[in-house]
Amino acid sequence: MSLYPGLDAPRSKNYKQFWAAVFCLSIIGIIATTFFATKSIDYVWRWNTVVKYFAYQDNMETVAEIEGIVASITPNGLTSNVHVQGVGEAEDYQVPTKGLVVGVNDYVYMEDVLGSEKKWKVGLMVLGLILTLKVSAISVVLALIIGILTGLARISDNPALRWTAITYIELVRGSPLLVQLMLWYFVIGTLFNNLLAAWGLSSIPTIWYGVVSLALFTGAYTAEIVRAGIQSVHTGQMEAARSLGMSYSEAMGKVIMPQAISRILPALAGQFISLIKDSSLLGVISIRELTKITREVVTASLQPFEMWIVCALLYLILTFGLSLIVQKLERSAI
Amino acid sequence: MIVATNVNKYFYVPEELHALKDASLTVASGEVVVIIGPSGSGKSTFLRCLNRLEYAEKGEITIDGMSVLDPKADINKIRAETGMVFQSFNLFPHKTVLENITMAQISVRKRSKKEAVDKAMMLLEKVGIAEKHHVSPSKLSGGQQQRVAIARSLAMDPKVLLFDEPTSALDPEMVGEVLDVMKNLAKEGMTMVVVTHEMGFAREVADRVIFMDDGAIIEEGTPEHFFTNPENERTQTFLNQIL
Ligand SMILES: Nc1ncnc2c1ncn2[C@@H]1O[C@H](COP(=O)(O)OP(=O)(O)O)[C@@H](O)[C@H]1O
Ligand SMILES: [Mg+2]
Repeated sequence: MSLYPGLDAPRSKNYKQFWAAVFCLSIIGIIATTFFATKSIDYVWRWNTVVKYFAYQDNMETVAEIEGIVASITPNGLTSNVHVQGVGEAEDYQVPTKGLVVGVNDYVYMEDVLGSEKKWKVGLMVLGLILTLKVSAISVVLALIIGILTGLARISDNPALRWTAITYIELVRGSPLLVQLMLWYFVIGTLFNNLLAAWGLSSIPTIWYGVVSLALFTGAYTAEIVRAGIQSVHTGQMEAARSLGMSYSEAMGKVIMPQAISRILPALAGQFISLIKDSSLLGVISIRELTKITREVVTASLQPFEMWIVCALLYLILTFGLSLIVQKLERSAI
Repeated sequence: MIVATNVNKYFYVPEELHALKDASLTVASGEVVVIIGPSGSGKSTFLRCLNRLEYAEKGEITIDGMSVLDPKADINKIRAETGMVFQSFNLFPHKTVLENITMAQISVRKRSKKEAVDKAMMLLEKVGIAEKHHVSPSKLSGGQQQRVAIARSLAMDPKVLLFDEPTSALDPEMVGEVLDVMKNLAKEGMTMVVVTHEMGFAREVADRVIFMDDGAIIEEGTPEHFFTNPENERTQTFLNQIL
């Protein structure tokens, strides 16, 4: 099962079992060491606190907004219509039938509870996860489009296109994402939102500055991958397509690109996995993605070990999911 | 059908090279012209200039009356009329055999899917591999791949077919099947320009043979002329080496 089978003598019979055991023992050792190390600093693990940041029960109360008498209660499926008759005014409330605490002819004052209901709500961690997923998904799509267009411009013989592509790629690759994020939000964002305000338009939500900076950052790397992919397709393919009478763009789109993309899928997957992880920086411009939420939750729960482990696992699920999708695409491309 | 007059081609990379020197050639409709010559003599370059895969800076080339070197010429139309078969087949590996043949029919010739498929199946029948229409080209032998490539070119209903050493990349036992397809095309009156080292093919099928050396056309004549009493000394040396 090695990359170069048959170059060395066959392994001894227990080779596989022995090293598999070494691997398993090391993993168990690392986990055990971590566990006992936390014992020595008196850290109390409370994994059950994690749960409420995924889902919790909220008590939803319906309160009266006027003073008066409950004139009638009409059941209507799961909810009931409570009619409160005050002096010169009347109100109707939809109250869950099961949670009703008033009866007909009861007198209620303002702010009195008419009924309550327990409802499941998604917790902060899930909200953070969803935002991270949303930001990453939009950025991946944008980065792919930017990357393909820039990659094509990079190999164009039009100097304006080629130099624009080179300038963009070198600029973006030459500074840290964190710095670019600051530039986009605090410099460009401020200028742009001011302009919009001057024209009487509403300002662009912060999240879009995050998405744009992520997409442009990843797009520059994607462009170089795309260019390498295009160049790896034999020139004979382009010549064959063109000698059939196809135009450059037709040949590029139908013959070169499909082959290039399927070759660069593993590299693209790596780039987009980086993008998901880089989205953790968006917290600095107060976008409440997974990492920022985890920081908030740690402050509230005082259980940093559990929260950060869960946070890492959630990122792992996202990135692993992406590589599964890409592996599937790779298999169907062959 | 093809008129090439004093075609000159230079390469500047890696160093300046005068690859074609005043090459002139006229091919009549239905004629089969075979180009022979030592490696590096400019045969491929000349052939590739004919459908502008290489741009010849100097000279005049017309195909079926259309000027190839005119910058304003509709080169895609000219190329669609000028099929090209490569030494390395250059089939599209991400498409099936059938799609290889229908793709340009649909996008360039604007045929309907059904028309294109019918035509492709008819051509695959003709080159003898209809039963392989749904497989990927990589599953075919070299000889079969080259026959698919010929069918792909024929699907455009070209007026001329250019072959650049179509059998040089093949195992010896597969050369025959490709040459047979080409012989049949010649019999049907296809206009063909063939660069090849297959002297048997040249002798049997060619109406005219052209010998190139060092970027220039040195000698031109019927196959009998070439294989019985070639005039030029360099032609004699070359033929002695390979026959
Ligand atoms: N794209 C190219 N760039 C530079 N030199 C080339 C190129 N194509 C061919 N040549 C040179 O032109 C000469 C003729 O080549 P070619 O036409 O391929 O010869 P043949 O097909 O007769 O073997 C050779 O010296 C070759 O090195
Ligand atoms: Mg050649």
